[in-house]
Amino acid sequence: MLGKLTWSAIPIDVPILVGTFVGVAIAGIAVLGLVTYYGKWGYLWREWLTSVDHKRLGAMYIILAVVMLFRGFADAIMMRTQLALAYAGNPGYLPPHHYDQIFSAHGTIMIFFMAMAFMTGLLNIAVPLQIGARDVAFPFLNSLSFWMTAISAILINVSLFVGEFSQCGWLAYPPLSESQFSPGVGVDYYIWAVQLSGVGTLLTGVNFFTTIVKMRAPGMTWMRLPVFTWTAFVTTILIMVSFPILTVTLGMLGLDRYFGMHFFTNDGGGNQMLYLSMIWAWGHPEVYILVIPAFGVFSEVVSTFSGKPLFGYKTMVYATCSIGVLSFVVWVHHFFTMGAGANVNTFFGIATMIIAVPTGVKIFNWLFTMYKGRVQMHASMWWTLGFMITFSIGGMTGVMMAMPAADWLVHNSLFLIAHFHNVIIGGVYFGYIAGLNYWFPKVFGFKLNEKWGIRSFWCWFVGFYLAFIPLYVLGFMGMSRRMNHYDNPDWYPWMLVAEAGAILIMVGIACMLVQIYVSIRDRALPENVDLTGDPWNGRTLEWSISSPPPAYNFAVVPTVYGLDAFHHDKELGRQGTHKEFEPIHMPKNTAAGVFVGAFSFLLGFGAIWYIWWLAAISMLGIIVTVIMRSANTDIDYYVPVSEIEHNEAEQSRRLVAQAAE
Amino acid sequence: MITKLKPALRGLVPLGTVLLLSGCSGLDLLDPRGPVGLEERNVLLLEFAIMMCIVVPTIVLTIYYAWKYRASNTSAEYLPNWSHSNKIEVAIWGIPTLIIFVLGIISYDTTHRLDPYRPLSPAVAGTKPALNVEVVALDWKWMFIYPDQGIATINQLAIPTNTQISFRITSDTVMNSFFIPRLGSMIYAMAGMQTQLHLLASQSGDYLGESSQFSGRGFSDMKFRTLAMDDSEFNAWVDKVRASSDTLDSNDYSKYAAPSEAAPVQYFSHVQPGLFEGIIAKYNNGMVIDKSTGKVMHMQSAMSDMQMKE
Repeated sequence: MLGKLTWSAIPIDVPILVGTFVGVAIAGIAVLGLVTYYGKWGYLWREWLTSVDHKRLGAMYIILAVVMLFRGFADAIMMRTQLALAYAGNPGYLPPHHYDQIFSAHGTIMIFFMAMAFMTGLLNIAVPLQIGARDVAFPFLNSLSFWMTAISAILINVSLFVGEFSQCGWLAYPPLSESQFSPGVGVDYYIWAVQLSGVGTLLTGVNFFTTIVKMRAPGMTWMRLPVFTWTAFVTTILIMVSFPILTVTLGMLGLDRYFGMHFFTNDGGGNQMLYLSMIWAWGHPEVYILVIPAFGVFSEVVSTFSGKPLFGYKTMVYATCSIGVLSFVVWVHHFFTMGAGANVNTFFGIATMIIAVPTGVKIFNWLFTMYKGRVQMHASMWWTLGFMITFSIGGMTGVMMAMPAADWLVHNSLFLIAHFHNVIIGGVYFGYIAGLNYWFPKVFGFKLNEKWGIRSFWCWFVGFYLAFIPLYVLGFMGMSRRMNHYDNPDWYPWMLVAEAGAILIMVGIACMLVQIYVSIRDRALPENVDLTGDPWNGRTLEWSISSPPPAYNFAVVPTVYGLDAFHHDKELGRQGTHKEFEPIHMPKNTAAGVFVGAFSFLLGFGAIWYIWWLAAISMLGIIVTVIMRSANTDIDYYVPVSEIEHNEAEQSRRLVAQAAE
Repeated sequence: MITKLKPALRGLVPLGTVLLLSGCSGLDLLDPRGPVGLEERNVLLLEFAIMMCIVVPTIVLTIYYAWKYRASNTSAEYLPNWSHSNKIEVAIWGIPTLIIFVLGIISYDTTHRLDPYRPLSPAVAGTKPALNVEVVALDWKWMFIYPDQGIATINQLAIPTNTQISFRITSDTVMNSFFIPRLGSMIYAMAGMQTQLHLLASQSGDYLGESSQFSGRGFSDMKFRTLAMDDSEFNAWVDKVRASSDTLDSNDYSKYAAPSEAAPVQYFSHVQPGLFEGIIAKYNNGMVIDKSTGKVMHMQSAMSDMQMKE
């Protein structure tokens, strides 16, 4: 009846997990209790959970990402603490079975559910507003994408308390991940969580690609597209090209595990090298999917806070596109040590180094945007400067490893770990937090607290170096990644320094929480509230409307006459030129996404535990929901002119009040 | 061009080494004990030096511009519409391209010259014949077979100094990576396949050997000692192994290959010839390629004798 699921799957003998469960349960009950106490269930359901509004979906994506950041970071600090203890005969507090799950979960969660969710959240918030659109091309698919991501995140966290997670690292290399060596449900949790979230990601790619191609405001030619939207565009292309590879690869691994096939097994003609090649054909573009939108955020931030247009806009666009193309011809550098011939290794080594050229160009473009500007040190500008310094170093170590002869020494060592955290934290994370500080007032109508934002930055910045410079050193000492314990006395002090760095990063995360708390508490103070919708003297269209914008974003679709459209409108006094309002056609909210998500969760859970009746019913549920949704014709409505006029008058009144002060 | 360039650039390397070594001990990769590790370290440091030429100015300029053009400094020039300069564009595309061009040449040269499959040149390795060692990655230990001496060990690799070691590497379990940090190049060990590696120890010593590709529960203890010693000591070591009462043939192989963690060192005074080929062949319907001739060999006994793990 319950497949493989028995009481022994519940890890009541692991105190850490019991404690975590109690903590999660208390927090969960507190949240549910508060929602019930304030009678907000109806509001939450109608206005948020079933919403197809890209701004609200964006906010929900980012909330999900921040929650997953806590989970991923908890894993990180547990690993660092284990390695600060497990020295010279001390086994530490995490036996390999638990430790191996933690490093696998850390990577999987940070990439798929923290970074991807954060990136998608920023795309949701900014792209339609930047191109003058009223929503994305497929609002329902957008809601569906979010729910597929959210339920996958829940599924992966269920593995904490029911069964176990994968112990094969974040990419689950076979043959270790085959049922011969990993007979438990851990790898199945990994496969289903990643596959289901992959559906959401692929749909997001299609959705935003279509939005950017088809829904730009009149006059917004390709070379007038804001840089963030350009980076979003390149990222959606990378998603559409690379995610199907991931789906196929994990699908083949699933066929091996569920049906005894032999794609990647040791025996029966399977080939593990094929898996490495395929997973990295997705995996390398994936890191660019994450970092390219971060480059877009930095471009917006540095230009806005320097009071200047971005230096070399065209260069930036070409550099972004060339990075996008090159990201598909470098994947072999993840396995220079697999025994490929010298010509193959040379080709991929040099191709990898070539990526450093457009990336370097971007750094210089931001540098020369500050040159002869008026740089305001807003929190998002601090993150940008921290990025430029940190990413330069991370790029350098990346080029070092792009040389096969050097990679043969440092591959799979802590040097590699230090390198990719250097670019992922210093590039991706710093970028997303800069974006959060930058666009927060647009979504919520008040600014994030500066002081705590800058404190958070300094903790992260210094904490990063404390935590990861030791890992570079340990790489030179020959320490492999994923070790559970060691006995080399030279490694020990560096592990202690890295632990201190992780603690400092924890303080940085705490500062971010305080920042959010303080900002919400002081949201009504005059210096925090964003009356004009343009708190930073912005240059692109999202700042031309109120904060938060009405559901339809633009009362009148703007006409664009150049790059930095809103900046030129302000200079030329084109603001407020009134046109006749017309009723606006908008999509209705729908619960279909929530239901497909919920059924997908049950499908995944059923398949992981071999509860086939549950999987079958869930599959049926998904199909019926999709049919019902497709047959429903009551999916849209018109915003009446009176409501638009009311909102616009309200905004004009705020602008006048602001001007009078 | 490359030949003219290299001596000049190599001059930078010792300087960097001294800077990095001062104050830290245990930096195995920066203090190699063989020509392969030495060349690779030099490549690493050379790249580091070249990249620093662009990274340091970038970081300095970032901080300087952010400071000089801060909003409160109204005496600095402000050009609110300036966003293009052909001169700067040429420089920011040109300088990185030039650097990558130089690095690309170094990459082509070193990737070919240091290719792990390629025997070391006589200029480096001398004329002494190479010692063959066959390596099998097991759960979670390393088996070393000396086909010419007819002996084998678990978790201990003894090698004569200043002699080229020609490794053939496979796995009888999941993927691992064979790595001796002091000697250089690592390479994967994969079941049903044989990878190759050529190393040389120029100094005697006791070096760490490890797996650098995660392979499951016992991974952290999957390490061995590499004992580099002169010829007479090596011969004495071989005699010591030959004195062991244990032997290794396809019947009791599976007993020793069974999963175990933190396995102790073991010696085998005799190894059944063709054992290594058999371990590879059992994953390939009894076939294995002889790397020296390129011919396919049929190991009829492989499937039946060694109980393929299912």
